[in-house]
Order: sequence, then structure tokens, then C-alpha cells
Amino acid sequence: MTTRTLAVVSAGLSVPSSTRLLADRLTAATVEALEARGEDTTVEVVELRSHARDLADNLVTGFANQELRTAVDTVTGTDGLIAVTPIFSASYSGLFKTFFDVLDKEALVGKPVLLGATAGTARHSLALEHAVRPLFSYLRAVTVPTAVFAASEDWAGGGGVDRALAGRIDRAAGELADLVTGRLAAVRPVDPFADPTTSFEDLLRGR
Amino acid sequence: MQFGIFTVSDITPDPTTGRTPSEAERIKAVLTIARKAEEVGLDVFALGEHHNPPFFSSSPTTTLAWIAAQTSTLQLSTSTTLITTNDPVKIAEDYAMLQHLADGRVDLMMGRGNTGPVYPWFGKDIRDGIELAVENYALLRQLWREDVVNWEGKFRTPLQGFTSTPRPLDGVPPFVWHGSIRSPQVAEQAAYYGDGFFHNHIFWPPEHTQQMVEFYRRRFEHYGHGTADQAIVGLGGQVFMRKNSQDAVREFRPYFDNAPVYGHGPSLEEFTAQTPLTVGSPEQVIERTLGFRDYVGDYQRQLFLIDHAGLPLKTVLEQLDLLGEEVVPVLRREFAALKPAHVPDAPTHESLVAAAGGAKDSTVFAPADSVTGQAR
Repeated sequence: MTTRTLAVVSAGLSVPSSTRLLADRLTAATVEALEARGEDTTVEVVELRSHARDLADNLVTGFANQELRTAVDTVTGTDGLIAVTPIFSASYSGLFKTFFDVLDKEALVGKPVLLGATAGTARHSLALEHAVRPLFSYLRAVTVPTAVFAASEDWAGGGGVDRALAGRIDRAAGELADLVTGRLAAVRPVDPFADPTTSFEDLLRGR
Repeated sequence: MQFGIFTVSDITPDPTTGRTPSEAERIKAVLTIARKAEEVGLDVFALGEHHNPPFFSSSPTTTLAWIAAQTSTLQLSTSTTLITTNDPVKIAEDYAMLQHLADGRVDLMMGRGNTGPVYPWFGKDIRDGIELAVENYALLRQLWREDVVNWEGKFRTPLQGFTSTPRPLDGVPPFVWHGSIRSPQVAEQAAYYGDGFFHNHIFWPPEHTQQMVEFYRRRFEHYGHGTADQAIVGLGGQVFMRKNSQDAVREFRPYFDNAPVYGHGPSLEEFTAQTPLTVGSPEQVIERTLGFRDYVGDYQRQLFLIDHAGLPLKTVLEQLDLLGEEVVPVLRREFAALKPAHVPDAPTHESLVAAAGGAKDSTVFAPADSVTGQAR
């Protein structure tokens, strides 16, 4: 058995939050799916609510303070990512977007990502496909085909609605586990302070 | 070790009164600040270059020439000179001229600038930033070191048999620093030429400064200019002092909270913990500043930012008194006691002339022979 690392980013604002609830369900299902594939998993959860001021400060000062730095390093260094946001005004929440705005633009390249979103009604569900997925495509992350949306009714709805949600969660978790196990160990971002690969003489010659 | 101040040349409303000084007022204030810097025993005054409001300093050599005429020991420098958008020919001419007027008390700090729109104002493209810095600086060096230059590059018209005048004073070009907050390429450029590297050391945490300086030192050694600990390092820093530390915090807080660069973000206490900013008593400033050496090694130049964010002239002059009377004499003594003998001081005109084997007049008398560069 190898050990895989999984980061979970949840942008829920209330405590308890349905966004966190969905994130936890997706996490548990992914850990189980990885175990079924012979992999142990360690999970690190980043609650963006507790970094709300750190993120605003980062926008103003241009650097992440120590607390935010730890969260950023957690997310960039893992084998896979589960990212869950509430849908606000037809898109991801500002808090969610801000976290991905302050990451290095190369930080998520090639990383398997499972997307989730919550909202009051199912009318918001396609925001996952129209807003959240393009953000991660832009960052060149590898998103799993199933993105999981949960409206309030999905949690307790009769007539098998909640079972349908459970089915989507399991399918998405299986897709993420497949991507993570098919991947070599987590790739660290390039160190900007490593010795340059282009010599200064080449730069001088305009190459 | 050299101690001094650097200014960004911002015209910012005083948040405690709501009053914004005029350009005329702020320009005169900076002249007063520079003269005061020499009077209180500081070594260096460095002036920024900007080409848009709220900044006034579009013409650093004009300003520095005036200061040169009013001072006798102060080293004049820049923070920074825009190597990307200025024509290297004009930099070569302007700063050689200033060097003559100031009897050699001149060095420069090259920077790429952080204002995107400035590039098109000078007919340049920001996407070429690094390439411009590389080509322009290579040409600038050539213009100062070769009497007759034939040159062709990507970003300006070719030069045929061109002589930049006046020639550098005593045949020795001004020493050059390269300033950067976040680009390892700039540290690499400084290391390649054996020039100085200056880190702004204001906006970001010390760990970042440490990585940049370590990179520069390692590459300086790689290029054969000496050991890593002999590389020429300068640091910025930002302080506000009162005899009583609580008075300093109380007085500086509104300026911090409304400062154009970091205001309306972290608290003064948080920013002080996360960055080198020190607000407190002279003793606290001394202790913090001595601590810089722990993560960058023995270094050659320490410049403080003290006149920004709308601070009134009177307050700035009081800061200079505290720096000159209480802080710098202690720092000078303590840093000198710690510095090993093989670590050099920052180059000055005198040391560069000595290293070149003495002063030689390098006037090019027209017409020059464009093949050999020799005057007839």
C-alpha cells in the first residue's frame, strides 16, 4: 500500500455548513475508493472561512501570511484536490475564487480535482459546469467528469433524491481515485531559486 | 557599511489632516530631507523615478545634481532607475554628467519598474520587460566602458561610431546595484556582472528576501567574482520611531492604515510581525536592524524609507535626527565589529578608482578614430 495525500478546500460560510457537509461526503467516498484500489490516504482540510482575512490581506499586500502560506502549501503539495463552493450569484463565491487567485498560476497544473457545489435549489446546478469547471481548466488542473451539486432538497428529499446524490458522490469519488492512483507522486511547483536553466549569456544573445 | 534613506517620491494626503502637499512643496521637502541626511551623518540618499501621479520624481538627475551642489559627502543614488523604459544612451549620458558634477559621489540602482502603463508611454512593451533590462543594461555598460561604440540590438536604433559624453569621471563608471522584489532573473543579472543586489525588504516577509539574497550570493560566486559572502548586498527597511515606543505606534498608525501600498489590509501589529517594518523606540529599531544580518549575512548598504504615506516634513526631519543621533552610530559600530575582514565595503568612486590603478582622464577629443577609439 502506498499513501496518497488529499487536500479538501471548502468555502462554506456557516457553521455547520452544507458545503462542508458535501466536502466531507466527497472526502469519505474518495478515501474509501482509494482504499479499494489499495491506497492509504491522508487528508488535509482547508476551511476558507478561517482564512477570510488572510486572503483579503494577501490581495492588499501581495504576499500570503504564515497561516495562509500553510494552507496554500497544503493544497499545492497533495496528490488530489476536492474543491467545494457555495454558488453565489450564478458562480463560485468570492472567497473561493480569491483563494485560487492567490495561488501561483502553475500551482495546480496536472492536479486531479473533484469539484462540488451547494445552493438552495437545483436551479443553480449548472454553475458548476459554466463557472467552476472553466476556472480549473484555466489553471490546467485535471477535473474529474462528474462534478457534484447538492441543493437543500438533496440532503433529505424523499423519493430517492438523497440516494441519487449518494450515487453521484460515489461516481465522482471513483473517478478521482482512478486519476490519483494513475498518477506519480505529487509534483512540486518549480523552485524559482534553483540555478537557472538558461545561461545569462544566452539571455544576452537574445535567446 | 553605508546607511542612508531612500524615497519613492510619492505625494500622498496626510491622513491625520486630509491635506495633500503640492508638487512644489513636496519637491522642496525632499531637497531639505536630503540635506538633512548629510547633516545628521548618513551616507546615502537615493531617489526613485516615476512618470505618473502621485509621484513627482520624473527627472532624478536634475534633482540629484541640485543635492550634489548643496552637499559634500552624501552618496547620491537612485531607487530605482528604469532600465526598461529609459534609453540606455540617455542613462549613460545623464549619470556620467551627474558623476562629474558630484565629484564621483554617484551610484545607481537599476529596476524594471512596477507600473505597467509606463512601458507604452516610452514606446516599449511590458512583455519585453526582462529582455529590455538585459539588452539595455549590456549597452549601458558598453557605453561607459568603450569610447566608441558600434552596436546593434533589438530594442533601439543601431549605433555607429557613437561616443557617449561626458566620459565617466576618472575613467571609472558609477557602481551599479540591481533592485528587485521578486525576480530571480534580476539577481542573476547582478551576479553575472559582479554588481550589487538590493532588496526592497519592505513589502514582503524576510524569508523571501533571504531566498533572493542567497540566490544572488550563490550566483555571484558561480560567476567568479569572489566568495558568496563577498557579494555586495543592500537592503531597504521601513521604520518609524519615537523615544517611547507606544508614542511611535500611536502616531504612525493612521499613516500605516491608509498607506497606498499596504493600507486597508493587515493591522500595523500584523504587518510588523510579518515584514521588516519596525515602529517603536530607537532601541527596537537597532535590535531589529541588527537582526537583518542573521538572514542575509554581512551586507554593505542599509537604506530606510521614512518620508512616504503623507508623513509631514517636520516629522520626517525628526526621524532623521533619531536615525543620525541614536540609531546609525550604534548600528555602524555593531555591524563593523561583526564583519569579517574579507567581506568588502560597498564600492565608492574612490575604491573603484584605486582598483582601476588610479584616475585617468578619459575625455574623447573629437574627431575620434572610430576603428581604435583613440583620439588623434
